[in-house]
Amino acid sequence: MAKRKINWYKYASPVNFYPIAGRMIPWFAIPAAILFVIGLYVGFIKAPPDFQQGEVYRIIFIHVPAAWMGMFLYIIMAIYAGIGWAFNARLSSMMASSISITGAMFTFLSLVTGSLWGKPTWGTWWVWDARMTSTLILMFLYIGFISLQAAIDDPRRADRAGAVLALVGVINIPIIYFSVQWWNTLHQGATIRILNKPTMAPPMLAAMLIMLAACWLYSIAIVLYRLRCIIVERERSALQVAAAAA
Amino acid sequence: MKLSEFFSMGGYAFYVWGSYLVAFIAIGGEVVLLWRRRHAQKQAGFVFPESNTDEKTS
Amino acid sequence: MFRWMVQRDLTLAWRRRADVMSTLFFFVIVVSLFPLSIGPETQLLRSIAPGVVWVAALLASMLSLGRLFANDYQDGTLEQMLLTPQPLYLIVLAKVLASWLVSGVPLALMSPILGLQFGLPGNSLSVLVLSLILGTPVLALIGSIGAALTLGLRGAGVLIALLVLPLYIPVLIFGAGAVDASINGVSAQANLSLLGAVLAIAFVFSPWATSAALRISLE
Repeated sequence: MAKRKINWYKYASPVNFYPIAGRMIPWFAIPAAILFVIGLYVGFIKAPPDFQQGEVYRIIFIHVPAAWMGMFLYIIMAIYAGIGWAFNARLSSMMASSISITGAMFTFLSLVTGSLWGKPTWGTWWVWDARMTSTLILMFLYIGFISLQAAIDDPRRADRAGAVLALVGVINIPIIYFSVQWWNTLHQGATIRILNKPTMAPPMLAAMLIMLAACWLYSIAIVLYRLRCIIVERERSALQVAAAAA
Repeated sequence: MKLSEFFSMGGYAFYVWGSYLVAFIAIGGEVVLLWRRRHAQKQAGFVFPESNTDEKTS
Repeated sequence: MFRWMVQRDLTLAWRRRADVMSTLFFFVIVVSLFPLSIGPETQLLRSIAPGVVWVAALLASMLSLGRLFANDYQDGTLEQMLLTPQPLYLIVLAKVLASWLVSGVPLALMSPILGLQFGLPGNSLSVLVLSLILGTPVLALIGSIGAALTLGLRGAGVLIALLVLPLYIPVLIFGAGAVDASINGVSAQANLSLLGAVLAIAFVFSPWATSAALRISLE
């Protein structure tokens, strides 16, 4: 029986990965949509009102998944960027660039929903607690990465510079988080504001996890879709030559 | 839960529905913007890699 | 080689004294803007002094970053530095050291005068100087990464700020926190130790990142 050798390296080429990404997208997009609907159903219909916060706590079903996606996507972005730099793999770097936008979107969403949750529960639109402040700084890190890549014309320099910045950012995140916690505990003073996490009844937890899964699936689908757009743009000259030769 | 309770969210309608509206705009916006980018690529005559034609080259 | 590099950069900086002085003047002016905008009430000024002086030091440090590699980049010397057999790590460290001596140290030495303007008590002034002496090298080290990444780009000045200010935040928190602690009669020891730890980490890792960034920007 002949052994079929799969040349995996072939798929490291952007042009070859393009159709694979295209076939993958529906497998993530459709389940994502379904899970969003289920998650919202469980969160709004099945989950009871919170003892302390009443109905307003239901914001967490989008706020918490968005915050987590913002954080996870940054780390994954940094990993792809690092791989793209270390192995000179263009496709990896393109993935990082694609992820950056979605990550920034989720972080922004987390800030806005956090603020909308804060106003009725803490009384102000913004509170400088450790979590919100760290999320704000994460937003700055995303903006830095996106701006740097936008400012550099040469795509490979943009890829590599982004990789350095993302890796420096990832290493700094624990330091930044620690320093913000430190700062927060030092300045507690008269007003102690703690983010009131409702005690989680099972349907609440279920809804949150379902929404998180939905966000993950959505992220994969949208990142692959954007990746395809990036491939078309960056491989333009190679594709034109191939088309002319065919 | 009665329908009117559902919409008013215990008086917090603005915050709860506001949050989900922003989420809808953010996520939907991302999808729409990408779709438009794709459409612009087609209009501008970008060449797209063909699926499953790499079997042709040996 | 290291010493030679530091001396060279110091000499060049001396020839452009005006650039160096302007960073210092910027620092002084920015600090002075706050009483003008907030009012001269002593209690208020004393409480915001650590933050104000530190943020001004941050911004002034950032201004000096544009000069770190730009001049050598423009006349081609930087490329030569990449080609020497000397490790780029050391060259970077030398340039950062020279830059710090020329911008960070004067800031730190100037700060007590500004602290007095804000009504800071004596021991807080010494904590202020110490925090800046520990913190400004970190600003220079981390800032050098941003300077290397944005080499030759249009809009590099503002872009450096976007890249580097989030990374500066821990330094700001510990530095201003140290002075704040001393105003409130608490020991500044913890904050200063943390600042020292950040300095140690930055000292080891950032020249490496800056070297990598230089190679990326120059190929």
